[in-house]
Amino acid sequence: MPSARPFFQEQARWRPAETVFWLAALLPFLVTPDYLSLASQVAITALFALSLDLILGYAGIVSLGHAAYFGFGAYTAGLLAKHFIGDPLLGLAAGAAAAGLVGYVTSHVIVRFRHLALIMLTLGLGLLLQEAANSASALTGGADGLQGVRMSPLLGFKFDLYGRTAYAYSLAVLFLLFLAARRIIHSPFGLALRGIRENAVRMPAIGAPSLAHLRKIYTISAVMAGAAGALLTQTTSTVSLEVLSFGRSADVLVMLILGGAGRLYGGILGALIYMVARDQFSGMNPQYWYFWIGLLLVAVVMFLPNGILGGLARFSERKS
Amino acid sequence: MQSLVGVLFDGLAYGTLLFLLSVGLSVTLGMMNFVNLAHCSFAMIGGYTTVSLMGSYGWPFFATLPMAFLAAALVSVVLERTLYRRLYRSSDLDQCLFTIGIVFISVAAYAWFYGTVVQSTPMPDYLRSSVEAFGVRFAAYRLFLIGMGVLVALVLVLALEYTRFGAQVRAAVDNQRMARGLGLNVDRAFMITFALGGGLAGLGGALAINIVGLDHSFAFNYLVYVLIVVAVGGLGSIGGSFAAALLLGISDMAGKYYFPWLGAFLIYLVMVGLLMWRPLGLFGKR
Repeated sequence: MPSARPFFQEQARWRPAETVFWLAALLPFLVTPDYLSLASQVAITALFALSLDLILGYAGIVSLGHAAYFGFGAYTAGLLAKHFIGDPLLGLAAGAAAAGLVGYVTSHVIVRFRHLALIMLTLGLGLLLQEAANSASALTGGADGLQGVRMSPLLGFKFDLYGRTAYAYSLAVLFLLFLAARRIIHSPFGLALRGIRENAVRMPAIGAPSLAHLRKIYTISAVMAGAAGALLTQTTSTVSLEVLSFGRSADVLVMLILGGAGRLYGGILGALIYMVARDQFSGMNPQYWYFWIGLLLVAVVMFLPNGILGGLARFSERKS
Repeated sequence: MQSLVGVLFDGLAYGTLLFLLSVGLSVTLGMMNFVNLAHCSFAMIGGYTTVSLMGSYGWPFFATLPMAFLAAALVSVVLERTLYRRLYRSSDLDQCLFTIGIVFISVAAYAWFYGTVVQSTPMPDYLRSSVEAFGVRFAAYRLFLIGMGVLVALVLVLALEYTRFGAQVRAAVDNQRMARGLGLNVDRAFMITFALGGGLAGLGGALAINIVGLDHSFAFNYLVYVLIVVAVGGLGSIGGSFAAALLLGISDMAGKYYFPWLGAFLIYLVMVGLLMWRPLGLFGKR
């Protein structure tokens, strides 16, 4: 019997463009040192988009409430730093673990549903958690946000005003978790997930434990979203209710679709474009910002169904 | 302190409003499986039509209601013919994203034309009065709203059950492919249903101004409520939508009066619980 190993090795081969991309991620330190805070926001959002890509792009689970895990990680890290210990790495681990636990529990419900019921359930769970955080204002600060989050230095480096530490920290976490996601996607488990995405009935029929696979990737995705939330708390020293909002879930979905779902780099690229554009147009009334986002969404669905990366891939295929 | 009857009454009025806003979505979603998250944008068309006609042209309130219906129906049918129909074969995700895009655009457009203030319309005197019975005051406007909702529900049920067009719609909801196979023009039935649904939403939007207010973010604020009604009531079921809307309206009002600190938490909890128990809705068949 031929081995499957060469197939997976070819899939997982590290391509030159990827090296260029990650080296370019270091450029802000040299080229735009004034924008490092923005760069760290981009890295955090990219991590969040990557976590959504794992379930949406690879396993076909549509979620309108992924901010639930992001926000849970953010509040966990914030509360830990406020009341107990301000060590960033510990907070990161705690935020990721707590979100992962919530993800594991909810995954038992989520993976049973598809179509409208799935969309409604993810939306409902997200809203539920936001309302809970709003009501428990004694713990979370409610609409005023969680104040008084003090972070200790990270491995001896203080979080400075320019965001140098913040960006280095966010980028490092993004890169490590990206490697983990890449490893997962290019494993037999990742292949099984794509199989479930393409045909949810056939995979169980050929003996794959579909629901168990989906629960596993959903939990992993929640861990990553929680880590992103914890990073946001630690780099901004505050948590607001916005981290749990429907707006955040919708934004990250837009970024992922814009960049291209199911392509690992799609979410990162989408987050980069979205965040930089929003920063450039920050003088604009948010109402009108959403007008352009709406137009963009309509255009992407109509003309670029696989996002920017999907369009590029098709373009280069046609040329060759 | 509101009495139980008062809360029930307000809940009924609110539930009727939710029914008007969501019944069109329920039927169109059942027919074409098209997830139209922009349904409440049609309601806003109706609402702003009434505001404009009353404010700028001095029309009486009742005269604006048919115009609200017509304007929303017209815009929805134009959108359906030009944009939506390309997406019937797309995935749920694409439909969701596309219609969320439409919501974003419409919310920004309303903010541009009407500003971000909450709109209000002066009511004729006889609608501002109230009737007193059993020691409780019933606002005339809410009585009118409940009557309107019951009337619409009755007409819809009768039309669906006893007309040729109704039979076509029911067939298309039950099994679209089979209905096509029998030679029914499902696309045409869908277009008319879509226009009717959009028009009813527009009527709901116009009637909502004096109950919940109307501002540029209406399409977002009521999207969740409308989706809850549709998902809980079951797709394509008018009776189901009516029951779900009343249930939601009453429990939301009761929650706001008796447990204000919980906010909307209770509603979402009920929805998640109901969906887990019956993913196809209370009255869903498929």
